Amino acid sequence: MYKLILALRYLYRRRVSYFALAAVALCVFIVVVVMTVMTGLVSDFKKGNHNFTGDCVVGTESLVGFPYYEDFGRILERVDFVEGVSPVIKSYALVNAGGSQQGGGVEIIGIDPVRHSRATGFGQALHYHRGDASKTFEPMGDANLAGCVVGVDLWLERSSKGKHYYDPNPAATAISVTCFPLTAKGALAKAGTDLVNTKTFYFSDCSQSGLARVDGSTVYLPFEDAQALCGMSGPVSRVSWIHIKFKPNVKLEEGCRQVRLLWAKFCEQMRGKDNAEILAQVSVQSWKEHRREFIAAMEKEQTMLTVMFGLVGLTTVFIVFVVFYMIVSHKTKDIGILKSVGASGGDVVAVFLGFAAMLGVAGSAVGVAGGMWFLRDINALEGWLFERFGFQLWDRTIYAIGEIPHRMDLTMVLVVVGCAVLVCIIGAFLPSVRAAQARPVETLQVSQL
Amino acid sequence: MSKDEFIIEAQGIYKSYRMGAAEVRVLKGADIAVRRGEFVAIVGASGSGKSTLLHILGALDKPDKGVVRFEERDLDGMSGREMNRYRNKTVGFVFQFYHLLDELSVLENVILPAMVPVGVIRWLSVRGCVRRRGRELLEAVGLGERAAHKPYQLSGGERQRAAIARALVNEPKLLLADEPTGNLDSATGNGILELLERLNRAGQTIVMVTHDERVARRAGRIITLADGRIK
Repeated sequence: MYKLILALRYLYRRRVSYFALAAVALCVFIVVVVMTVMTGLVSDFKKGNHNFTGDCVVGTESLVGFPYYEDFGRILERVDFVEGVSPVIKSYALVNAGGSQQGGGVEIIGIDPVRHSRATGFGQALHYHRGDASKTFEPMGDANLAGCVVGVDLWLERSSKGKHYYDPNPAATAISVTCFPLTAKGALAKAGTDLVNTKTFYFSDCSQSGLARVDGSTVYLPFEDAQALCGMSGPVSRVSWIHIKFKPNVKLEEGCRQVRLLWAKFCEQMRGKDNAEILAQVSVQSWKEHRREFIAAMEKEQTMLTVMFGLVGLTTVFIVFVVFYMIVSHKTKDIGILKSVGASGGDVVAVFLGFAAMLGVAGSAVGVAGGMWFLRDINALEGWLFERFGFQLWDRTIYAIGEIPHRMDLTMVLVVVGCAVLVCIIGAFLPSVRAAQARPVETLQVSQL
Repeated sequence: MSKDEFIIEAQGIYKSYRMGAAEVRVLKGADIAVRRGEFVAIVGASGSGKSTLLHILGALDKPDKGVVRFEERDLDGMSGREMNRYRNKTVGFVFQFYHLLDELSVLENVILPAMVPVGVIRWLSVRGCVRRRGRELLEAVGLGERAAHKPYQLSGGERQRAAIARALVNEPKLLLADEPTGNLDSATGNGILELLERLNRAGQTIVMVTHDERVARRAGRIITLADGRIK
């Protein structure tokens, strides 16, 4: 009991303890704030990729695509673990908007909007037709025109606050889309001078997936039109991908494993049919595997930050070590007194390690409280800094970031607090052991007073 | 007198310290034996090894050579745990500079030896009893009203009385006092000596170290230490 009392008294009666406490609090504050923001950004990015992809995809990066997708789609729709299936055409095209003569290269995605909304978060990414995907490709001015959905950053300017200003009555602007159709063998489908397929669509909506690359380079077209433009229609029609959404209780890995089994069996059945050799190029991937190259970059940044803050943690160990070295040096008399009344070396270590643990807990509490307060107002603070000084953490005209993430993850906070306490104990360990080894008779000498 | 009546005896104690490159031989075969209930004063000039001998008797230090027996038990044969228990239960120390912990109140300082061997859970059950004993001791040394004060709020004499109360809290068989009046004025020192005499009359065995002959005369027996040996 005396160990607890002494540790507590050392904590609040020694002024030097407050410096160590401030170091721990500052370190915890910084780590909590940066990890919350960074984890939030990575989490939002992953969520955006998940919404964009669905749970699982079957397909190929090849522009040729793969055949018999309808047969496999029917198989998928019959199994009990699948909630939505959406065949998708994916290719590249040149677009001219509003009669401009200068075209730009974009990615085109051909979808059935209703099926695609069931398999992915597409329906929620729309602006004008959110919640009613069936009319996605109906321009507001004239529903009979062939509509297209344009990535929001391709269509609208982003304000300095990261907002897009939507026209409440958007004009059905003509958008001409030009593709090179390919045969199943990968050759140009049209010989001679007329190599390309061109069709004019009319603006019907914007899509905001939250993924900068997608929103800045993608045009969604009706499935059949995209298929025709890319040369994938015909007796053995083809698609690029099949996006799949699993039922809520299905685990991602298990669902993907089941789809792989179904696909392998399906390939066996299709053997010998026209263009069936293309099926060998098709892969089954979870959304994480499919978007790995984008997610990995973000995760790498997060790992780098974690390593950097690990180094900050080492600095804290050193600060705590120095503070404890000072405290122990000033407390040699106490150590002698404790030993003279029967305390063991282990008891002395326990007093100082208890002190260190309390310091860690108190410092962490202050750091977490400060972090909570700061994160609660981080967006307001950034807004104020932007209005007063033009400072922004991320330039919203460039980065597809809305609010700065500010929701603390309890697990992360507990891990940070645990690490802070551990760091304090590590920092205090050597001085404590040194204190425990001190001979009482030396520490009680008159010269030590 | 039977040998069994010696509560503590030390034979052929040698102790030396290094001071830089030089080795200072403090004790050169000192012998001492104290009977149960005795009040013994060890006197000697400054640097004669009085305090070193007292520390060795109290297991705060180890001799280079020689044997210390407490109730026929050789201290050298004790484990670390037994040695801690010896310092906690068997002997009580009173130092010249009081050595109270600044972070604790006077009462907490007094009951510190009683708290040392007790874990948190057990402390909850014995807390009331120990605090009562601490208050009784403080009353006995005339500090009943000072229990909640901090050591720096007490005078030198009051601090020494608190240190004596601390030394007695576990009812030790042997009280070791190192220059208990050395840092006090004569009136205050006299009060401390009266307290020690009162304790001795009640049966407490006391070994006191002092360089002051007048103080030593208050003890029942005087042992003189000179040139590292008992004369």
